[in-house]
Amino acid sequence: MDRIPILRMGPFLLVTIQVDLYDRLALTLESDLVQMVNKTGARGVLIDISAVEIVDSFMGRIIGNIASMSKILDAETVVVGMQPAVAITLIELGLPLKGVYTALNVERGMQLLRSMIDLDEDQDEDEETDE
Amino acid sequence: MMVISLSKDVMRIIKDQDVVPFRNRVKEKATKIKMGLVNQTKLITAASELVRNMLKYGNGGEIVIEVVSRGRENGVRLTFKDKGPGIADISLAMKDGYSTGKSLGLGLPGTKRLVSEFDLKSEVGKGTTVMIIKWANG
Ligand SMILES: Nc1ncnc2c1ncn2[C@@H]1O[C@H](COP(=O)(O)OP(=O)(O)OP(=O)(O)O)[C@@H](O)[C@H]1O
Ligand SMILES: [Mg+2]
Repeated sequence: MDRIPILRMGPFLLVTIQVDLYDRLALTLESDLVQMVNKTGARGVLIDISAVEIVDSFMGRIIGNIASMSKILDAETVVVGMQPAVAITLIELGLPLKGVYTALNVERGMQLLRSMIDLDEDQDEDEETDE
Repeated sequence: MMVISLSKDVMRIIKDQDVVPFRNRVKEKATKIKMGLVNQTKLITAASELVRNMLKYGNGGEIVIEVVSRGRENGVRLTFKDKGPGIADISLAMKDGYSTGKSLGLGLPGTKRLVSEFDLKSEVGKGTTVMIIKWANG
């Protein structure tokens, strides 16, 4: 069965969606990713959709699910590289990508994730200096 | 003004793997009539919503893919026909957020917003037919 590869980059996981996702492939990706977050303790998930031409409500829901499940496992999700035509269409469709951050490209997405994690760590350190 | 059909293809949809080839066919037609990228994306997204409904609620069906013209305008017309259970209350089904499938309920109202023309006919126990047109410059 086809699978979408998930790359580990330090504390983050990177998924590049290159093909048109049919439903089963998308569902597999959803469960693979959540398992990977769980197993690796990753703090962030980057989903690169720059090659994706169509995001419909099904795909949107998959992305939303990944984000909300990752959140429970203490990881943030950033969608990167959304094509402008896709963004315009999603707004008109009325799809709310709740809990999903977006960034222009993978680099910016990493920056965003790092800034979110740094904030967390600062808080941890603050607690530690209290000792 | 009359809508004239210039070409006509029929595709049967029975499983979720049929969705991608169908979307590709729609893209081919849209490109042929020089539809811009944003309109193409809207059309294919709408088509994707309707084909999913057809699979999820209508047990699959048949889609007629046409290139049509009206005066100087060219467009793509898609007609989705299934022999599923039909829709009892169409105006309810067209509401944002209404879903019997524990989903977002965005497919039908969202599709209507994305296309130039939208027509839904349904008879309980007989099936559902949805017709959409997206004009190249619409
Ligand atoms: N072809 C169909 N045959 C029978 N019922 C349908 C069909 N298409 C839609 N419906 C009914 O209309 C409702 C609304 O459809 P719509 O596509 O707007 O939302 P959804 O499919 O439930 O959710 P979403 O599309 O956001 O995932 C469906 O829940 C279903 O009850
Ligand atoms: Mg739907």
